[in-house]
Amino acid sequence: MSAHAETLHDHHGPPEANQSSRVDARTLGMLLFIGSEIMLFGSFFAAYFFVRVVNPSAPAEWPPPPYEFPVFVAGVNTAILVTSSFTMHWALQSIKRGQRAGFLAGMVLTFLMGLAFLITQVVEYLNVGFNTGDGAFASVFFGLTGLHGAHVAVGLSLLLMVIIRGFRGHFSPEHHQGVELPGIYWHFVDVMWIVVYATVYLI
Amino acid sequence: MENPFRSEAAAFRFLLITIGAFALIVVASLISTTLGIVVWLLLSGAAVWVYLSQRGAAPEREHVEHVGGPDEYRVLVVANETLGGDELLSAISTLALTKTARFLVVCPALNSRLKTWMSDEDPARAVAQDRLDATLARLASVEIDVRGEVGDSDPLVAIEDAMRTFHPDEVVISTHPPGKSNWLESGMVDAVRVRFDVPVTHVVVDGQDEA
Repeated sequence: MSAHAETLHDHHGPPEANQSSRVDARTLGMLLFIGSEIMLFGSFFAAYFFVRVVNPSAPAEWPPPPYEFPVFVAGVNTAILVTSSFTMHWALQSIKRGQRAGFLAGMVLTFLMGLAFLITQVVEYLNVGFNTGDGAFASVFFGLTGLHGAHVAVGLSLLLMVIIRGFRGHFSPEHHQGVELPGIYWHFVDVMWIVVYATVYLI
Repeated sequence: MENPFRSEAAAFRFLLITIGAFALIVVASLISTTLGIVVWLLLSGAAVWVYLSQRGAAPEREHVEHVGGPDEYRVLVVANETLGGDELLSAISTLALTKTARFLVVCPALNSRLKTWMSDEDPARAVAQDRLDATLARLASVEIDVRGEVGDSDPLVAIEDAMRTFHPDEVVISTHPPGKSNWLESGMVDAVRVRFDVPVTHVVVDGQDEA
C-alpha cells in the first residue's frame, strides 16, 4: 500500500465545476432557458386571453371590426417556418451521418427560411392597418407576435453562428452539440409560433 | 415523462405533435366554439395521461467500467456524519489489507432544501470538508492510498458523479443505523444497488454524533 492522501480542493486555479450527472450541462442550460421562455410566453398569453375572454368589455368579434388579421399571409409564413424545422432536422441528421454537404445545405436553407419569415412579418406589420395605439387587441397582437419575432431573430443569430462554424469545418458525427442546441431552440420557436398562430389568427 | 426538448430529434417530434394537436383544435373551433373547447380539453387530458403513464420509469442499470491495472481495485466510500466512525474505518482497513485498493472518499455536503434552493452551500461544504480532512489524515497515517472530495448535497448525485470520474469496483456506503438514518429512510443504498452494477457494501456506524 502506498501513502497518498490528497483532497481535490488543494489544486490551484479555479475550482472544478460541479458535475451534473444525467443531463449534459449545455443541454441542461438550454432546457432551463426554454423553461424560462415558456413562462415568458405564458405571461403574454395570459394578457391575450384576458383581453379577449376575461375582460368584460372584450370585443364580440376577433379582431374587432373594421380590423382584420392577414390570416393567409401569416399562414404562408407559418408554412415557411414549419418547413425550416424540417430542414433543421435534416441538417442535424446529415452531420450525424457525416454528410457535410447536406448539413450545410440544411443549415443555409433553415436560415433563409427563418429570414424570410422575419421579413414577411415586418412587411405584415407595415401593412396590417392598425398600430399599438388602436386598442388592447392591437397591443396584445403586436406584443405576442413581436415577442415571437424577437425569438426568431435570436434563433437566426444562433443559426448564423452554426453556419459560419460549419463552413470553417467545425462539427462532425462525433461532435455536433453546437448544432443540436440551436436545433432544439429553433423547434421551440416553431412550437410557440404554432400556438401563437392558432390562437391569435385562427381561433 | 421525458423532456420533449431533451434533444433536437425529440423537439422535432414534439413540434409535429403540436402541429397535429392545434390543427384539430382549430378545425373543431371553426365548426363550433364548444367543440373546440371539448377537443382542447380532450387533448389536454390525453397529454396529462401520457405524462402520468410515462412518469417514474426506472432508469436503466448502468455498467461501471473497470479502469486501471488488472490488480487495481477501486473503492468508493460515501459517508457524511459517520465518516470518522470506527466501523467504517475498520471496513476500509480490511479492504486495504486484502487488496491493492485505491480509495475515493466522497462526503456529500448535506444541506437543508431551503439553503440549497438559496444557493447557501458554503457552510455545508465547509463542514463536509472538515470531516473529510480529518478522515483522510487518519487513513493516510496508516498508509492507505486514499483521496477525497466533497460531493453534491444529494448523495445519489454525488455517487453518480464519482462513478463517472472514478469508476469504482466497489462502493462502501456508511450510514447511521436504521431508524436514525435519513439515507436509509429515503432508500438511497438500495437505489445505488439498483442503478449501478457495482457491489455495494453497507456499513452501519452507531454512536456518531449528529451534525
